Formats: sequence, C-alpha cells, structure tokens
Amino acid sequence: MSAVVTTALKKFVNDPADVVAESLSGLGAAHPDLVRIDLANRLVLRKDAPVAGKVGLVSGGGSGHEPLHGGFVGAGMLDAACPGEIFTSPVPDQMVAATKAVDGGVGVLHIVKNYTGDVMNFRLAAELAEDEGVQVESVLTNDDVAVEDSLYTAGRRGVGVTVLVEKIAGAKAEAGGSLAEVAAVARKVNERGRSFGVALTSCVTPAAGTPTFEIGPDEMEFGVGIHGEPGRRREKLRPAAEIVAEMTEAVVGDLDPDPGTPLLAFVNGLGGTPLIELYLVHNELTRQLADRGLEATRSLVGNYITSLEMAGVSITLLALDDELTALWDAPVHTPALRWGV
Amino acid sequence: MEVEAVVDASTVRRWLEEAAASVREQRDYLTQLDAAIGDADHGTNMDRGFAAVVDKLAAAEPSTPGKLLTTAGSTLVSTVGGASGPLWGTALRRAGRTLGDADSFDAAELAAALEAALEGVVELGAAQEGDKTMVDALAPAVRALRAQIDRGAPLGTAVGAARSAAEDGMRATVPLQASKGRASYLGERSIGHQDPGATSTALVFVALERAVTAEQ
Repeated sequence: MSAVVTTALKKFVNDPADVVAESLSGLGAAHPDLVRIDLANRLVLRKDAPVAGKVGLVSGGGSGHEPLHGGFVGAGMLDAACPGEIFTSPVPDQMVAATKAVDGGVGVLHIVKNYTGDVMNFRLAAELAEDEGVQVESVLTNDDVAVEDSLYTAGRRGVGVTVLVEKIAGAKAEAGGSLAEVAAVARKVNERGRSFGVALTSCVTPAAGTPTFEIGPDEMEFGVGIHGEPGRRREKLRPAAEIVAEMTEAVVGDLDPDPGTPLLAFVNGLGGTPLIELYLVHNELTRQLADRGLEATRSLVGNYITSLEMAGVSITLLALDDELTALWDAPVHTPALRWGV
Repeated sequence: MEVEAVVDASTVRRWLEEAAASVREQRDYLTQLDAAIGDADHGTNMDRGFAAVVDKLAAAEPSTPGKLLTTAGSTLVSTVGGASGPLWGTALRRAGRTLGDADSFDAAELAAALEAALEGVVELGAAQEGDKTMVDALAPAVRALRAQIDRGAPLGTAVGAARSAAEDGMRATVPLQASKGRASYLGERSIGHQDPGATSTALVFVALERAVTAEQ
C-alpha cells in the first residue's frame, strides 16, 4: 500500500499563472499555417478569419481539456476558441472579441458546454455582441448521461459530443450553411449524442498542485465529469469488459437508437490513459454494440476532450444519418483533427 | 445615535479594498472548500478579480459610490470567469445602478442597493435559498439589513446584523445538498461541506462592516 501515493505533482510549468498563455503561444508557434494567437484577448483564431460569407463558429471554456477547443480551430471546424483559466470559464470580453473577429457578415454560432459559468459568460457575451451588430446563435451541449436527475442539478454536462458538434457544424458552415442551418445541425448532433465517462485517477490543476479528488488505488469514479466532478458512484476497479458493458448500457439505454441506426463511436481518453487502452476499450465497445444489433460506421479514438492528466475514458455515441455522416467525412484541417486535405 | 448616517465613495472604496484583502487572505481556504465539492478554483478566481478591482479603482478618477460599484462589477465580469464573475459582477453593477449618481447614500439606500444585487444574482443564477449557493448567505444578509434599518437601527448595527446573518447562512450550507452549479453533480455527496460561494459572500459582508464602522 505504501507505494501508492497520490502526491508527486510533477509538471512542466514555469509560473502556474502563465500556463495558459504560454501554452497558447506554443500552439501558435507549432501551427502558424492554421491558427494565429491573440494573446491580448486570449484567443485562438483561424488564420484566415474572418472568412467572408461563412458563418463563424466560436467555442470556449476552461483550459485543461486540450486539444479542446483551441486544437479544433481551422478549416472545417472552429473559427475561434476562447480559453479560460484552467477549468474556469472564459470571460465575456474574450467571447465578444472572438465573435467580432470571426464574423464574416452572416452571423456567428456560439457552441457552449452546459456548465453554469460557461452558460452565464456566453449569455452576457452574446448580448454584448448583438449590441455591436453581430448576429449570434447559441447551441448548448449537454450529453453526459451520468447526470441522471437534471431537476436537482445544473443539468447534464457538455462533454464528448462537443467535439462532434464542432466538427459537424464546422463542416456545415464551410459548405455555406446559413446561421440557422448551422445552428440546427449543431443542435441535432447534441440531441443525437450521449456520453459517459469513467476516471481511474484524479487530475491536478497547476494552481492547486494537489489532486482534485482522492481516489484509492483500486477504485474508479463511475460517471466522472471532465473537471474531476464526481459521477454516479465510486466503486472497485473491474475488468475492462465489465466497465465498458456498463458504460455502453448507460449510453445506449439513454440514446435508445432504432436497431440498425449507424453510430459514430467516440472513445476519448481523459489525458492519462494510453492509446493501447483506448483501443482496447473501443474493441469492447464494438462487441457490446454488436450484441445490441448496432454498428459503429464511424469511429474516433484518442485524447480529444481531456481533464489534464486524469486517467480515464469516456464513450460518446452519435446516431448518424446520411447528412451527419457526410458532414463528418468532410475535410477538416486543424491542429488536432485533420483528414480529407 | 447616527440614524441618519451617510456613507460615500470613500466607504465604497474601503469596502472593496477590505473585500480584496479578505479574499486574498482566505484564498487557499476558499479553494480548498471548492476542491471538496467543485473544481478547486474559487479562491484563485475571486482573488484575481478583486485584485483587479483594487487596481482599477486606484487608477480611477474620484467618482460617485454608484459609479465605483458598477466599475467594480464590470471588472469582476472581465477578470473572474466561471460563474462567480457574472454573478458578482451583476450584483455590484445592480447595486451601483440603484445608487445612481448621488455622492453619498444612507442606510435605506444601501439596503435598496443590496436588494437589487440579490435580485440580479437570483435572476442570473436561477438559484433559491437552500440550493447551497452564494444566495444562502446573500439573501439572509440583505433581509437582516433591511429589518434593522426598518426598525431604525444605526448603520453600524445594521451592517453588523447583515454580516452575522451572512455567516449564519454560510454555516447553514454545510448540511445542504447542492442543486445548482458544479457541486450539484455530487448529489448527496455535497452534504457536509460548506459552500465556497456562500463563504466568499460572507467575507464581502465582513468587509462591508469593517468599511462602515471605520467611518464612525
């Protein structure tokens, strides 16, 4: 037992207060062909923004979920990302600056994960941007089925489906969709997507320097959120097949797709789980779906919406149709997601 | 007794400076409370915001109490982030707007300003008393202030009662189950922890009492 100590917070950090800005600068230096960084306003902008005649897509939220959102800025996805401090919503000033910077004259869509802070700050920002003459629509993502009773909570959290919304709505905007059309397809993705996450370890924010939550060496948090918020329960670690079976049941049970509905299966690492385990989880997921007469016709496996160094995995299933499949397959060129170009 | 006591811009400045100092002093404690039922950033965020308020006001021209509060509110919205930024920003801006352009205000006007602040917070956050949020400290504090003033208590006594009610409200969040904000995801596991938002709210009322009594 003595070997298991949850301290030892080694991080590549200078001053914790500078982590976000320094990381943004690195993103910009690594991908100067795709993005530019506005450090004064704390923004990641598509290099050629604003794209005239194209609906602008802005998302944002606390940092610590990389590559979300800054890594998804580029052709076919987001026009701007507003990173807040780690796990803290960005402020309206950032969102207003982003909205104005990406407005190609036909309006801007805000993609907002359902967290109290994000919702409030984006609401204030949308009002301010509209006062300045930019047409804004907002879409909320809330796909986390681990939150069972929305009546007594802030509602379901926005997690994995956010990546899929950004990709698919981004493709719709790139194809010339109007603001109403882009917003509609974004809402459709959210409505047809569900997620569930499990954590094996806690994350450690650079400012706090200690684990956000304590978890025993043989325990898992079943239904975890992307900031280390707890889920349904704490329990003993079990074989992957059993964990994935229960995760699949939670997601499929809530999504309730018609038999034969093609699915997009998104197996997402929370930051500290290696790809070898993510593919193992995807293998179990594929079997679980087959047992239910379902098939993943599209898959995404990797670390795309993370929680710093948390070991864990989330599963997101999206019920596809021809429109969503075509938009998913459309070319995308961002620092973290690229195909078709 | 100074039933007609008035407060002015220097009181408001002192209030915000005292609040910033308390938040700085209690920053790690607030963050610890938040780590238990939230995401471990409340102290850091509030400290960043109130420090920015102090800087902003230090550079600002002499102004009216109302204007100082709206400036402070806007600064908090621009610097805190999370839910606390919009909520505290709205609270101070509403209070400032209620005070208008006057150079000073009396106890009844202070109560009206804080009632407007509470109304703004409830409207934006959609939280009621008992949800285990800052409203659990703010609402009883505003009520206590109003009750004292209506019965003619001196300003110092009234803000003392408000501070005391805020602290009682803060402590009363311990057995509550959160149903708003990030702590709500804990469900029953949020029981037994003091709410960080109610705690920082109590600090702001401690600061108000200090600022007002320093005048007298």
